Amino acid sequence: MATYRFTVDGKSVSVDAQPDMPLLYALRDDLALKNPHFGCGLAQCGACTVQLNGEPVRSCVMPVSAAAGKKVTTLAGLGTPEKPHPLQVAYVAEGVPQCGYCINGWIMTAAAVLEKNPKATDAQMRDALAGLKCRCGTHTAILRAIKRAQSSMV
Amino acid sequence: MDRREFLKTSGGLVVSFAVPTEMLAQGAGKPSLVPNELDSWIAVLPNGTVQAFFGKMDMGQGLDVAVAQIVAEEMDLGADKVQVVMGDTATSCNQGGASGSTGVSNGARLLRRAAAEARRVLGERAAEKVGTPVSVDDGMVTGPNGKTSYAELVGGRYFHHQVEWNKQVGNPMDIKVPAKPKAPAEYKVVGKPAPRRDVAWKVYGTDGFVTDVRRKGMLHARVIRPPRAACKVKSVDAGSIKGIRGARVIREKDFVAVVAPKEWDAVRAARALRVEWDFLEAPFPPMAELHQYIRGAQVVKREEPVKKGDVAAALAAPGNKLVQAEYEWPFQSHASMGPACAVAEIDKGSCTVWTGSQKPHFVRDGVARLLDLPMDKVRAIWVAGPGSYGRNDAGDAAMDAAFLAKATGKPVRVQGMRADGTAWDPKGPACVHRARAAIDGSGKVVAYEFISKGFSRQHIATNESQPADSLIGQAMGVPPKPNQIFGTPEESYGFDNKLLGWETIPQFVEHCSPLRTSHLRDPVGPEIHFGSEQFIDELAHAAGEDPVAFRLKYLTNPRHQAVIKAVAEKSGWANLGRGKGIAFADRNHTAVAVVVQVEVDRTSGRVWARRFWVAHDCGLIINPEILRTTIEGNVVQGLSRTLFEEVKFDRDSVTSVDWASYPILDVADAPESIDVTLIDRPEIAPSGAGEPTIRCIPAAVANAFFDATGVRMRRAPLSPEYVKAALSRA
Repeated sequence: MATYRFTVDGKSVSVDAQPDMPLLYALRDDLALKNPHFGCGLAQCGACTVQLNGEPVRSCVMPVSAAAGKKVTTLAGLGTPEKPHPLQVAYVAEGVPQCGYCINGWIMTAAAVLEKNPKATDAQMRDALAGLKCRCGTHTAILRAIKRAQSSMV
Repeated sequence: MDRREFLKTSGGLVVSFAVPTEMLAQGAGKPSLVPNELDSWIAVLPNGTVQAFFGKMDMGQGLDVAVAQIVAEEMDLGADKVQVVMGDTATSCNQGGASGSTGVSNGARLLRRAAAEARRVLGERAAEKVGTPVSVDDGMVTGPNGKTSYAELVGGRYFHHQVEWNKQVGNPMDIKVPAKPKAPAEYKVVGKPAPRRDVAWKVYGTDGFVTDVRRKGMLHARVIRPPRAACKVKSVDAGSIKGIRGARVIREKDFVAVVAPKEWDAVRAARALRVEWDFLEAPFPPMAELHQYIRGAQVVKREEPVKKGDVAAALAAPGNKLVQAEYEWPFQSHASMGPACAVAEIDKGSCTVWTGSQKPHFVRDGVARLLDLPMDKVRAIWVAGPGSYGRNDAGDAAMDAAFLAKATGKPVRVQGMRADGTAWDPKGPACVHRARAAIDGSGKVVAYEFISKGFSRQHIATNESQPADSLIGQAMGVPPKPNQIFGTPEESYGFDNKLLGWETIPQFVEHCSPLRTSHLRDPVGPEIHFGSEQFIDELAHAAGEDPVAFRLKYLTNPRHQAVIKAVAEKSGWANLGRGKGIAFADRNHTAVAVVVQVEVDRTSGRVWARRFWVAHDCGLIINPEILRTTIEGNVVQGLSRTLFEEVKFDRDSVTSVDWASYPILDVADAPESIDVTLIDRPEIAPSGAGEPTIRCIPAAVANAFFDATGVRMRRAPLSPEYVKAALSRA
């Protein structure tokens, strides 16, 4: 057991854990956050995605020790109803999610892409989002929402 | 009002609390939650807003919004004044939960009647105050002698008004009322777009899923599923998890679980625990021989729901051209986005279960039976889960959590690991379809036969109300009681001699099998129509006709013809280039036709279904915006099942355990466009939309594949591996 300090959505936190415990369990179990979600525990789906210093990572396989001293951003920290991220506005406008459980992966990854390349083409975006899962089949709505967000960011 | 406030207040009138006593001056006392009380369906709050208590479930397709629109319409309110309360057995009657796309057709039909009756009763009560005639605008009532409001008339109090219940429970539950619902021509709220209510909290992460329910003193649990079907526990080595903080084993007969105060410790304990099992050797046939096995298997039950003329004679008649083909469909998994989760707590002899199951009332019944509690001592509360497309692993998680809460005396949260949602959920049944037809010298189809043979779609029931249908019940020795049922194509092809039938075969293993079968979205719909709508295409080609013209020639139902014409026109069928395909199907009075254009990469075997057109007729449209996204989800999930999904297994167990071994559609393979044409028929009662489209997708894609390559894919999925093999054989 060791103590790990990092920030989550701008707040300093500390977690006592074994170094190999995935970050996801620190966020959900120790810090009682409602997202991200456990989807596979194998970095195959993206439901657990958070940003670590701005880069999307799969928190279900990233050891908590790797987050020490870094900035973790979750979906709830990306934007709020009062101060939303353009992707969140677009998601609401398009009514994208069905079950909604996959949402962290898509939004946190797309947000990181748009940060670097706001004009990413449809093909570039599909490449960047490869490997993320959505079981309800909202992919076309997701791509529409990303386009809508891009046009609002111009 | 946000969702949290809404949930806080939702129990207000019907459950227990805190309607101020002065509000209860008129006829105090809470009526029982029974279908023949109007108060079981509709409540007017002190502020004049209305709550509708719904006994079916929305699973993220906006059904609750449609219900709100319908109730608002009948009560002369804005849709924003109606909250739909669903999923809590303490506040709603058992209308069957999410089931068979009957949310609007059956579920909202009842609420429509209840709302119309509430409006009638309120009108009568208003007339005593303000005279007649009364008119209502957004809950404000005006008469010749003045004004009043719903809030003033009954806000915060009960109607104490009886309606006539048909004594049915589940999907057929209905009521009769003196009030006459509005005619569609009068509709102001129904038929208009209205936004979903569950989108914002999901997008901002401001509220929780069932996975986020936390109770004081809660333990985390992981269930140890056996390595093979029908295993018996020989021994459990509790010492193998000794070093893990607070972890312990709970075992009852062949059910084994670990619990720990911290979730990661429960996960570690589940990995570390050593269990010795008694194996059943090689219960499954080699996977490569699955469909051959089905062909040769004993028939348990056969039905011929459509039998017209003398098919055998027409098939045997000399001079007719015989066309025949067989089509194969694999086992498929729900593979919901996350493995199922449930939380259970037992306090003073009463059990509360938080579940993502789409049928919480049946969770209540199943838990009561498992724990041997009276039904009224169990409350099941639905909280949005990680996806639900039928009888997935959610029912098992709820039963497991309830048992573990009893065994430990503490609140218990169970969540599966990935394999529990992919390898151990109930499966959609594998099957083989045999089709034969005869075409006479004039090119007319004179005989048509389509027989499906496969595993029953209800090896375990479509809900979790009986322990026999859960893994924990079976592990504790309750024998399963499979129901034998399959299905036939739903269409109106007017062939003179016609036989549609099905045959079911025994399960490989009846007891605790990862290949047990049950309902997966549009149960046996994609499976059957993959065969039947490809065969129609094969007949069109054999008769030398265009697939659209051929269908129009034989379909006898005008609504069926209309969707084909609409989709052909919208897609520009006649002038689409190569790689186009069409399929059509009905589903309980909803008609759908789908055109797709595909691109096939012969080297990689990749099929890209690039452009879709859908024409959809589900009678009266309640909310066109939400209907469109529901149809889109059907298309893409159907495409995933068509192109990628196949449960793999070896002689001993299911080997599809995660997303690598059970691939689904990736965003790279998402269509470029999905064009939806909605045919609104206000004069026809609304039918379902949650499932009908998905059954058209497999054959539409396979027909387009044939158009692109000249090769028939009579086996699903059209995965790169199978496509390459088929192209190399051709």
